Amino acid sequence: MVDRVVGAPRPASVSLVNNPRIRSLAVQIILVLAIGYVGWSFVENARANLAARGIATGFGFFDQTAGFGITQTLIPYSETSTYGRAFLVGLLNTLLVAGVGVVFATVLGFAIGIARLSSNFLLSRLAGAYVELMRNLPLLLQIFFWYIAVLGALPGPRQSVSLFNAFFLNNRGVIMPEPIFADGAGTVGIAFIAGILLTLAIRFWARRRQMNTGQQFPVGLTGAILILGLPLAVFAATGAPVSFTLPELRGFNFVGGVRIIPEFAALLVALVTYTAAFIAEIVRAGVLAVSRGQTEAAYSLGLRPRPTLRLVVVPQALRVIIPPLTSQYLNLTKNSSLAAGIGYPDFFYVFAGTTLNQTGQAIEIIAITMGVYLTISLVTSAFMNWYNSRQALVER
Amino acid sequence: MSTTASGAFVRHELVPALPAPLAERGAIRFAREHLFSGPLNIIMTVICAALLALALPPLVRFLLIDAVWEGENRDACLNAAGACWPFVQAKFGQFVYGFYPIAERWRPNLVYALCAILLAPLLIPSAPFKRLNAVLFFAVFPVLAFVLLTGGNLDLRSFLLGRLLNWESVTGISRFADLRLGFWSDYAISALILSGIVALVTGLIGATARAAAYATLTGFVLLGIVLLCVDLDVGLQPVETRLWGGLLVTLVVAITGIVASLPLGILLALGRRSSMPMVRFFCVIFIEFWRGVPLITVLFFATYMLPLFLPTGLSFDGLLRVLVGVTLFAAAYMAEVVRGGLQAIPKGQYEGAMALGLGYWQTTGLIILPQALTLVIPGIVNNFIGLFKDTTLVLIVAIFDFLGQLRAAFTDPNWASPVTLYTGFAFAGMVYFVFCYGMSRYSLFLERRASAGQRR
Repeated sequence: MVDRVVGAPRPASVSLVNNPRIRSLAVQIILVLAIGYVGWSFVENARANLAARGIATGFGFFDQTAGFGITQTLIPYSETSTYGRAFLVGLLNTLLVAGVGVVFATVLGFAIGIARLSSNFLLSRLAGAYVELMRNLPLLLQIFFWYIAVLGALPGPRQSVSLFNAFFLNNRGVIMPEPIFADGAGTVGIAFIAGILLTLAIRFWARRRQMNTGQQFPVGLTGAILILGLPLAVFAATGAPVSFTLPELRGFNFVGGVRIIPEFAALLVALVTYTAAFIAEIVRAGVLAVSRGQTEAAYSLGLRPRPTLRLVVVPQALRVIIPPLTSQYLNLTKNSSLAAGIGYPDFFYVFAGTTLNQTGQAIEIIAITMGVYLTISLVTSAFMNWYNSRQALVER
Repeated sequence: MSTTASGAFVRHELVPALPAPLAERGAIRFAREHLFSGPLNIIMTVICAALLALALPPLVRFLLIDAVWEGENRDACLNAAGACWPFVQAKFGQFVYGFYPIAERWRPNLVYALCAILLAPLLIPSAPFKRLNAVLFFAVFPVLAFVLLTGGNLDLRSFLLGRLLNWESVTGISRFADLRLGFWSDYAISALILSGIVALVTGLIGATARAAAYATLTGFVLLGIVLLCVDLDVGLQPVETRLWGGLLVTLVVAITGIVASLPLGILLALGRRSSMPMVRFFCVIFIEFWRGVPLITVLFFATYMLPLFLPTGLSFDGLLRVLVGVTLFAAAYMAEVVRGGLQAIPKGQYEGAMALGLGYWQTTGLIILPQALTLVIPGIVNNFIGLFKDTTLVLIVAIFDFLGQLRAAFTDPNWASPVTLYTGFAFAGMVYFVFCYGMSRYSLFLERRASAGQRR
């Protein structure tokens, strides 16, 4: 160590512009000021523009009468309901198509992904062709195709395609028998939930017992009996409280029954087939990511093929599959906003479409719309992250 | 001395091997292994073959055998069992150019040709002059395309001085060769003043003032050349963007989106990995926000909300608004792609650069980005495919791209026939498929090329 000689001149100080701390502080202050200025000028401009065009501001419109009808409502709604109610109806419609779509897309996607890995030449090539075709066509084109060319070309109500005289397919959608719930129907539902809870409890107990004693318990079979059998038993015991009203052709249309509107069917089919192609690729990549050595090691430990698949291959493949699968679920939810192209009354169409047109309050409505989709995205990804962390490798 | 008994048979050559049994070679073996190896497999094969037999012949019959190839209007297709190709033929101009004036269609054609000529060598890895080619494609081509498609002649009025004081009253409205003297004198003076300010500030804090001033001035000169190009009256008839349509709009939106989002995306990705908390914060918010909302809400934002945020009286073109929205949206996705590339660069590269005495921008520009961007080219191409498919959404904000023109063509009573719909969808599907499939193959090719070093 060389001590500085007392009295010697200090080394020339580094120029301020080259001091990393000062630099980074200056850059950040300038950035915040610039963004603050842009934000402030946006607010000022918006205030001036809104005043000039005479557009009201605020969220008062939520309590005003909407005055427009919606073709598919899961909760009671009429033209005299408020915009707030319309908002809810649209949101539920979006969640409905996204929820159903996610389930079907997952099933179809896994099936096609596994088919692509099949040793059967024809099957794997067909699955490959499906994936390439679906992934390389725009989703909106597919939605239009299903809506205009397939469902639009179906015969009218009088010439409907019928199945068992209970299900009817025509250009106004799919008409199905409507269940009527009598007293005691609630008990069946409770029995169903009780069956699920019991199965979970048995699974927990069986795991502990296997850990302690090594004895196995047929959880799957018991669960199936409980979940299906319990509600059925209650259903029979309470004297079959659920009945169906069959749709009937009267004049030019059907009376009774539940109608699935063609917009919903077209959107759902397009979303499912499109997203399934992406999921199939993810599944294929996930399964291929588990090395052959894992299967061979499991066999050499004496595991039979099915437990090998269930205990060794699938858990490891899931670890690779889940993160990209999450983003596909999010994509499906976001893509459901393409409903605006065919007029399915989803959240976007009802709120950012009709409500925006009627009230003209672009800033509030578009901000809320973006906020809702952002919330759905964040909630889904938070849930999937939680699930992923449970599946993730526990390292020492 | 003889060791072999005379007359005994001794083989000197091996017997040629027998061919493998018929069942173990060629097509039969292939079929046995890959089609009929077990009961389940046989069932699968039969189901797949039945599916193919059900789907393929009608498809071929519809597209080729039963198709109508010639005709003037719907009469030719009224009783057709196959595709009505004259419909596509009649609407082809609309699909490709929208309502771009017929006399001016050589302009989009020239743009298409220029794009192809400049893009092809850029995509072929072995083609020479990559740097020059990239500058031509990313800097010169957009300006040229803008002038050709819109007609240029923006008639710029005011720059900085015009905003701050009533400059036009000083210069008058005199023009020189169609250029407003007011704007160009304003531009030149502003450039000089700003360069002076930059020199003053850098001088005060002890940096090299002259270099900074030169750099600023060079930037202004380059910007000036671009502005001169779009301001000059080159004698082209102006064509409003609402007349554009079809594939022209699809390509303009997709290419502008990707070219403009690349620099923005790189900046955002760098910002997200910055050591400055505020910079990181804003970049994360920006990226996650745009990635969390659907593109269609972004288009609505750009169409209905953006005009409210801009100063009163400053309105701009509908297509330009959409381009702004698409660029912001694509930039967020691009940022994540680039971030992937940045994360793949080993720490030793940064440390090596630091040891050589390179600063942040030198390290980033000379060491990190060239490697990171090469790594993520396939990701960028995939982004481009997604954006290309997403351009169809612009029809929801009433800009008629290829799909929009298709829908418009369906409503033409001159061509209303039972097969028009299917013909249109088949044609549009083929066009989109050719573009997207081609690009995805190209991205695969690049990936394989990039990983050639790791292949065993």
